Amino acid sequence: MAVFNLNINGEQHQVDVDPDMPMLWVLRDSLNLVGTKYGCGIAQCGACTIHLGDVAMRSCMLPVSQVGNQAITTIEGLSEKGDHPVQQAWLEHDVAQCGYCQSGQIMNAAALLKSNPKPSDPEIEAAMNGNICRCGTYVRIKEAIKSVTSNT
Amino acid sequence: MTLIKTQHNRRSFLKVSAAAGGGMLIGFNWLTSCTSQVKEGIPIPKEWFEINGYIKIGDTGLVTIYSPNPEIGQNVMTSMPLIVAEELDVNWDHVVVEQGALNPDAFKKRQFSGGSLSIMQGWDVLRMAGATGRRMLLEAAAKEWGVAVSDLTVSEGIIKEIKGERTIGYGEIAAKAVDIKVPEEVELKNPKDFKLIGSFKKNVEGPKLVTGKPLFGIDFIREGMLLAMIEHPPAFGMTVKDFNREEIVSMNGIRDAFTIDISVESTRLVATVFPHLIAIVGDSTWHLMKAKKALKANWESISELENSEMHTQRLKRDIEKGEIQESRKDGNPEVAFSKAAKVIERTYTAPFQAHNTLEPMNFFAHVTANKAELIGPTQTPGVLKSNASTLLGIPEENITVDITRIGGGFGRRLYVHYGLEAAAISKKMGAPIKLIYSREDDMTAGIYRTAYRSTYKVGLDENNNIIAYSARGVGFREGAIFPNRFPAGTIENYTATKLKSESNISMGAWRAPRSHFAAGAEQSFLDEVAEAIGKDPIDLQLELFDRAIDNPIGEKNEYEAERYAGVIKLVKEKANWGVETPGIYRGFAAYFCHNTYVAQVLDLIMKEGKPIVNKVWCAVDCGIVVNREGAINIIQGGVVDGIGHAMYSEIKFENGSPTDNNFNTYQLIRHNQSPKEIEVFFVESEIKPTGLGEPGLPPAVGALANALYKVTGKRYYHQPYATAIQDQSTIETTLKG
Ligand code: FES
Ligand code: FES
Repeated sequence: MAVFNLNINGEQHQVDVDPDMPMLWVLRDSLNLVGTKYGCGIAQCGACTIHLGDVAMRSCMLPVSQVGNQAITTIEGLSEKGDHPVQQAWLEHDVAQCGYCQSGQIMNAAALLKSNPKPSDPEIEAAMNGNICRCGTYVRIKEAIKSVTSNT
Repeated sequence: MTLIKTQHNRRSFLKVSAAAGGGMLIGFNWLTSCTSQVKEGIPIPKEWFEINGYIKIGDTGLVTIYSPNPEIGQNVMTSMPLIVAEELDVNWDHVVVEQGALNPDAFKKRQFSGGSLSIMQGWDVLRMAGATGRRMLLEAAAKEWGVAVSDLTVSEGIIKEIKGERTIGYGEIAAKAVDIKVPEEVELKNPKDFKLIGSFKKNVEGPKLVTGKPLFGIDFIREGMLLAMIEHPPAFGMTVKDFNREEIVSMNGIRDAFTIDISVESTRLVATVFPHLIAIVGDSTWHLMKAKKALKANWESISELENSEMHTQRLKRDIEKGEIQESRKDGNPEVAFSKAAKVIERTYTAPFQAHNTLEPMNFFAHVTANKAELIGPTQTPGVLKSNASTLLGIPEENITVDITRIGGGFGRRLYVHYGLEAAAISKKMGAPIKLIYSREDDMTAGIYRTAYRSTYKVGLDENNNIIAYSARGVGFREGAIFPNRFPAGTIENYTATKLKSESNISMGAWRAPRSHFAAGAEQSFLDEVAEAIGKDPIDLQLELFDRAIDNPIGEKNEYEAERYAGVIKLVKEKANWGVETPGIYRGFAAYFCHNTYVAQVLDLIMKEGKPIVNKVWCAVDCGIVVNREGAINIIQGGVVDGIGHAMYSEIKFENGSPTDNNFNTYQLIRHNQSPKEIEVFFVESEIKPTGLGEPGLPPAVGALANALYKVTGKRYYHQPYATAIQDQSTIETTLKG
C-alpha cells in the first residue's frame, strides 16, 4: 500500500492503495466515483474511459502509480451541470439504451472533439472503435458527435 | 388496411379491485432517493399523496410515476409511465419517474422484463392505473365543489368546470382524492385522443446517464459493505474439490474465502451454471482480482468435457435422430417431394454465443438471521425472491428485492443464480456484500445461446411452383423451428420439425430466442428459392401471403397474413425496392416474432474490399407505438445486434471450456462495422401494442445474408459470416473474378 495524491475533477484526493491498482478501481472502490464503468479490464471495451489531462485513457489498465500529478477528469467532472456539448448532444439524440457504455463513449468523444473539433466520419469511427456498445447505439452516437461538430 | 381490434376502441371500462387504491406502501428506492429530481418551474412538494401503486401526487402538482418492470435498455422506464400519464392526463413535464421495487401486489402485475412482453402485458393495467387516478381526482374535485363529475373536464392535470369558471390542479386536490373510494369501473381514453402515447419522448434517465449517476447494480454502495468475487470450475462438466484457502485468506485486503453451494430445486430460470463455486471476499475489486490469480484449486470431472467438434457431430446426428419437440404436417409432403421436378435443399448453422451484457453479473445482498435484502440487476426479481427464500430458508415476506437499472439484459439476467450466489456469500459472512463477476467470469460462466443446425427443402414442379416445403432444425436446448409460423399456411404440402440434442453446457434465452436464427436461415433460403424460380424475393413472399390471406392452409397459423404482408409492402415502398443503384447491394428479409412484424431492406457497399452496411430500412407493425423515440432506438439496436452477431460472434469449447473469455478474442460489432444509417417506419395502427425489444433483430440476419450474396455471388449458410467470407477468398477477388 502507498499514499497517492490525485487531482480528480479539480479536487485533491488522497488514497492509500496498492501502487498497481488501476485507476478504475481507485475511482470506483476507493472514491465512490462509480460513473466510470468496468466492462473488460483489458482495454478492449472503453467503458472505463477517463481523461488524463486532455487525453482519453482506459482507466482499467492505468496503475495509480503512473498518474503522478496529471489532472484526471471523470464523467462526473466533465461539466459542472451536465451541460458539456457532448452531454447535451447525447440527450438531444436520445442515445442511450441500457446506458452502461455511455459514460465511456461520452468521455472518448469529448477527448476526440477537443483534439479534432471537426472529425470526418472515418476519423470518428477510428477514434471511437475501442468503445463497445453492446446495445448497438452506434448510429446515434455518431449523429450526436457530428451534431457537436456542426454546432461549433 | 389494419382494422382496429383493441377491446378499448370505443368507450370501455376496466374493473378495479378495491385494493388497488387505498394508500399502499411503495418500496423506498435508494437509487432515486438520493437524487430527488427537480422539475423546472415546479417546487418540490412538502406532501405527497399516494393515489395507487403507480401514482404519487405532490401538493405542488409534481407527479411521481413508478415504473414496474426492470429497465434493461428497452426503455420501459419511459414508455410504461408514459401510458399511466396518458390516462391520468398530466403534463409529462410535471412527471418524475422512479423505478418501483418488487411489489407485484401494488403494481397489479408480475414485474418481469423478457419476451418483449412489458408493454403488451402492461398495457391494460397501466392504463387502468392512470384512469383510476384521474377518476378519483375528478371525484374529489366534484365533491369539493358540490357538482357532478360529468360537469368537469381535465387536461394536463388541471380540472375545469365545463360551465363555470373554477379550476383546480391535481396537486391541490390530491389530499382529498386519497379518501375517495376506488371506483369499480373507469373509462379509458379513446386512442384517437392520445396526446402522449405515440409522441417522441426522451429517455427519462438520460440526464443521469450522461453525468454518470449511480444507477446500475454494479454501482450500488452500502456503508460497511464488502466486495466478493467468485471462481467457477474452468470447464462445464467439472466441479470444485478444494483450493489453497490458507494462502488466499492471508493475502492483503482479503477477508475470507470459502466454497458456496447454491443448488436449489427450482425453475429453469435459476440456471445454476455451476452450483458449487469458490467465493472470495475482500475490501476492493483489485484485491479480489489478485486473489483470483493466486488461486490454486483442484477441480474434478463429474461429466463429459465437451468440445465444438463434438457439438457439430451431435447436431448432424440429432437433426435426424434427436428428440422431437414440436412438429407439423400439412398435406402429403413425402409424395409431393417425390413428384417434384426439382428439389432445393440447404443447411444452415450457427455457433454458441454469449450474451456479454456490458455490465457484468453482480448483486448486492445483506442476509441476516431471518431477513434478506437483495439489490441488483435482474430481469426476474420475483424468481430471485422465491428462490432466495428456498436457498436461505427465510420466508418470502422477509425478503426484499430492489431493482436497479440494468446494463444490458438480452435474456442473460432472466437467470438469477448470481443473486443467489450473493445471498449465499452474505449469509456466510454475516455482512452486506456486493458480488461482481469479472468479464472473464461473465463470459465463461455463461448461459449461452445454443448452437443450431437447420435444413430447409422445397420441391418445385415443372412450372416452378412450390409444391412441397420442409424445415427441420435442431439445437442443444431446442431447435430453431416454429412449425406454425410462415410459411406454414401458404404451402399445400408442408412439414416442420423441431428437435433437441444434448449438451452439458449451460444454455438459455438469448434475445429473440430461436427466431434470431430461424429468420436468417428461412429468409436466406426463400431468397435462394426465389432466385431459382426467377422471381423477386419480395414478390414471392407476397404471393405466399396472398394465399394465406385468401385461403390459408391449416388452422394454427401463428401470424396475421395481412399485417405480415403490410410491413413487407411498406418497406418495399420506403426503400424503393426494385430500383438498382450501381455499387449498392441489397438484401431483403421479413420476420414475425414476439407478436410484432418487421420487414427490412439492407444496403451493402464495398469499402476497401470490405462490405459495409450503408443503410437499413425497417418497417414495423407493433400496433400502437407508445414512445416513438424509444421505439426507433430499440429497433435500431436490434438491427445492429442482429448484424453484429451473425457476422462476427462465436464461442467455441475445448475440453468443456469456452475458448474465449474477453473482448480481445470474442468479437462484438464495433463502430466502424455498424450500419451507417437505420431508418424505421411504423405501420399506423390502433391495435393494442406489442413489444419491440426483440423483433428488430431476426430479419437483419436474413437481410444481411441476402445482401452479402449480391456482393460476393456466394450464399452464406454458416454463421459467423465474417469467418465464412474469410474462408472463401477475399471479396475483392471474388468481385474481380
Ligand atoms: S473496462 Fe477498461 S476498456 Fe473495458
Ligand atoms: S447503451 Fe447499452 S452498452 Fe451501450
